[in-house]
Amino acid sequence: MVVPTAEHLKERLVEAFPDAQVDVSGDDGQHFRAEIVSARFEGLSRIQQHKLVHDVFGGDLGGAIHALSIKTSTPEG
Amino acid sequence: MDNAEIRDFIDSSIKENEVMLFMKGTPEAPACGFSMRTSGALNALGVRYAALDILPDPRIREELSGLSGWPTIPQLFVKGELVGGCDIVVEMYENGELAELLGVEMPEDDGAPAEDEPVELPQQQSNIPLENNLKG
Repeated sequence: MVVPTAEHLKERLVEAFPDAQVDVSGDDGQHFRAEIVSARFEGLSRIQQHKLVHDVFGGDLGGAIHALSIKTSTPEG
Repeated sequence: MDNAEIRDFIDSSIKENEVMLFMKGTPEAPACGFSMRTSGALNALGVRYAALDILPDPRIREELSGLSGWPTIPQLFVKGELVGGCDIVVEMYENGELAELLGVEMPEDDGAPAEDEPVELPQQQSNIPLENNLKG
């Protein structure tokens, strides 16, 4: 991937979590913040939730995407 | 040191230290804001922890991520288990889960009264009605 944008990241997250409410911010091409609300996180530990998000970006995390701050939650019941 | 030795060293650091932090830089001189916030949470709780700077050799990070399945730095391990990176550690610090996990009390000197404690009203002095004091 070239220089990542918040829009790119959001597209990839929405593709991976079609049910989710996704919000990505960050405009310096390196530091991003993603908030993902998805029923898929239900019953998972925080580590497992974040790993699902890491999997979406594979090797780009810590590489092309220097830093992605992640906040995951499940929809209010 | 070859890669297998680095891997063994990381593995035994995680096993031998109850609280083990892998970070960029050191707790005294963190080299990245995320590492700073993570070691800062541990410092605020006053726990003893071991910290390893991953920057001196890129293979440390490669081997660590291979072992933990976690791509980014910092990484905090407690009792041999990965707790998380900066986001998770800071969130757990703020909601008290980290203090609970580490078996310590949350620091109380944050200047804000806990929600379940009633705010102490100032003692009424002389004949001045309390209401007037509070308005000032």
